[in-house]
Amino acid sequence: MSNTANTQKKNGFLAGTANYVDERVGVGGILKEFGRKIFPDHWSFMLGEVALYSFLVLLLSGTFLTFFFQPSMTDVIYDGVYAPLKGAHMSIAYASSLDITFEVRGGLLMRQVHHWSALLFVAAAGLHMLRVFFTGAFRKPREINWVVGFVLFVLGMAAGFTGYSLPDDLLSGNGLRIIDGMIKGVPFIGTGISSLLFGGEFPGHAIVGRLYSLHIMLVPALILVFLAVHLFMLVIHKHTHYSGPGRKDTNVVGYPLMPVYVAKAGGFFFIVFGVIMLIATFFTINPIWNYGGYDPSPVSAGTQPDWYIGWLDGALRLAPTGIEFMIGDYTVSTNILLPLVVSLVFLALVAIYPFVENWVTGDKREHHVLDRPRNAPVRTAIGAAGVMFYAVLWAGASTDLIATNFKMSLNQVLVTMQISLIILPIVAFLVTKRVCLSLQRKDREIAIHGRESGRIVRLPHGEYIEVHEPLDPHDLYKLVDFKDYKPTLARPNAQGKITVAARLRSSLSKFYFEDRIAPATQTEIDEAAHHAHEIEAEVQKAIESSK
Amino acid sequence: MAQLKRKLNGLRRSPRALVVVLFAGLLVVGSGYTAVQAAVSPSTAVTRSQEQIDLGKRIFLSNCASCHGKNAEGTMNGPSLIGVGEASVDFQVSTGRMPGAASGPQLEVKPVQFTEEQISALAAYVGSLADGPSIPDASYLQANGDSTKGGELFRINCAMCHNAGGAGGALTQGKYAPNLMGSSEKTIYEAMLTGPQNMPVFNDANITPEEKNDIITYLKYLQNNRSVGGDELGNLGPVVEGLVAWLGLLGLIIAITIWLGAKSN
Repeated sequence: MSNTANTQKKNGFLAGTANYVDERVGVGGILKEFGRKIFPDHWSFMLGEVALYSFLVLLLSGTFLTFFFQPSMTDVIYDGVYAPLKGAHMSIAYASSLDITFEVRGGLLMRQVHHWSALLFVAAAGLHMLRVFFTGAFRKPREINWVVGFVLFVLGMAAGFTGYSLPDDLLSGNGLRIIDGMIKGVPFIGTGISSLLFGGEFPGHAIVGRLYSLHIMLVPALILVFLAVHLFMLVIHKHTHYSGPGRKDTNVVGYPLMPVYVAKAGGFFFIVFGVIMLIATFFTINPIWNYGGYDPSPVSAGTQPDWYIGWLDGALRLAPTGIEFMIGDYTVSTNILLPLVVSLVFLALVAIYPFVENWVTGDKREHHVLDRPRNAPVRTAIGAAGVMFYAVLWAGASTDLIATNFKMSLNQVLVTMQISLIILPIVAFLVTKRVCLSLQRKDREIAIHGRESGRIVRLPHGEYIEVHEPLDPHDLYKLVDFKDYKPTLARPNAQGKITVAARLRSSLSKFYFEDRIAPATQTEIDEAAHHAHEIEAEVQKAIESSK
Repeated sequence: MAQLKRKLNGLRRSPRALVVVLFAGLLVVGSGYTAVQAAVSPSTAVTRSQEQIDLGKRIFLSNCASCHGKNAEGTMNGPSLIGVGEASVDFQVSTGRMPGAASGPQLEVKPVQFTEEQISALAAYVGSLADGPSIPDASYLQANGDSTKGGELFRINCAMCHNAGGAGGALTQGKYAPNLMGSSEKTIYEAMLTGPQNMPVFNDANITPEEKNDIITYLKYLQNNRSVGGDELGNLGPVVEGLVAWLGLLGLIIAITIWLGAKSN
């Protein structure tokens, strides 16, 4: 009796509270289950985490900004501290952004933190997506989660764009003007949609308030929902891991959430926060005071969107002109429609890729061990081509800066990029595929014959050989543990017919797996080891006899 | 009478009549224009001494004449300088753009080749050939105007080429609008007045001298008050910001993730 009382006393307040909560909410069970979730260690698994943390920073700094920002386009005369705008007409939105910048304590820092973390959020999410793609982490059972992640990426772009337009400065107004033009370029419904969105003719008096609602309510709420789904599925699926001894499709090797990852992740959040703070302190972002309030007449040189919208701006800049045509008295603006269609198709391809690959391989197994990119040469090559396509569009948004800073002709830069947009993805595909196959060949060579030791031995009959050292089993495992698909043939269905889908599937299968390097088998390794032993024996004999 | 009429008709139709009429027309329009021009922009009374003009001519003959012609009448390689005015010479030579090092889409700023005395002699010589915009009066170069109005004028008239922050921008075929963050009051004024190279002329009817002073005031404010938010990243806008976000921000964080990952291995 006294013993029990003693224990309770010793644990004191903390244990009492924990017990109180547990008995009412059942937190213990959740913690026991959730706390034992295993996460493997690898730097590339932290990219999604970086995106998550920068989103948290966005929420924190964004909340601060809402305390002072006024989303109204009513005209005022500025009477703040920034001299070169004193007495100028501007919207309340811009005036309040200037006040946040110059008069609210810590306001400029928070604005810069918010903007830098927005850039980081989309960048980290994009890089995380690339990691997932190139390691094949989107395969069954994670196809749906890939789509959820994709939606998050698009929502990130939407959040960024709606926020970019809020300060109602010249730069953001120019950006909105481009969006307005794109909407108006959509046949038949464009003009109507534009006037619905802007509440009349551009720029109207409604858009900032509307974007504000989207930016602080709808879009972040959607991001939170999809984030929750994304993380929930991550827990359900368990984490993937890289190949290694003891790592299988049926297990996860790593450390538990409690206490290791909670501490690590918590610390890492503050590191990310700290780095954002550091950059936001020392580097200006979006100096709105330079741009002046929005007025539809001026357009500044070097008007660009934030980086994640850059590829769309690039698509507009690279679109060929002079192919517009008329239907009756209606102009079909292909210079706007073409980039619109191309970017939507590109996004759609990204979203559906896991299903395409799954259909081609016909692989219904679960995959929890990640691929090394080289072991899926065609997937890696497709990824490289996609990255290249995106990169050229992206660079296309800065044709003017490339021209001035590298002293080139703007027109030539543009034409070069137009050609590159078609050629470079093909080159990237071919080169990447060859590099992957060569790396696989090298892996196979090393797996079978071991590492080159640099020891050259002359045999008694005059032959020179280099002695190869067998691999450590741990290293060997990584070189031979991968799935190898063979091209499938189109087979007739139950009615004895070869359908068009079957034909397409077999030709895609051929495209994917025609060139392949099979992993070294145990027999091959054993045989090579046997051969190596013979040589070693011969070498030893030669050494013995020379003594 | 009929004969006289026929004779006049004959004269009217003779090919020589065309020349006579053209000449008369040009004479009237030309002298009229000169008279009006002189009335619109009375060039400030410039005192150029004959010595200065002679010195200027000597410098001109040895440095400029190969392209602009012995009498500044222009050749295949360079335009005529008759009537470009002293402001133009002062702008081109005192920024080092002239004498040009090589022909190209645009003449680059480079180290100035002449002393101030030589430049004003050169300007005096070219100015003596015919009237043109003269070097602006110092009262418009004090940067003491209205910077708000100057900023507005700058955004409407200049920002589409020079960028809202004065960082410069690209034009077609290798031409460009230069960065204005190092330009002096006089250079800015003369550039507006003379429209050097690819820049349009903003004459005094278009932007008055007071407004030019406002624009100068605004630009000087930008030059003297660098960003309050830390390093400006060249004032080049979102492209550079994106570059810093990827290479600086994300790069630094990835380096940290690699470090964190390596610790546990």
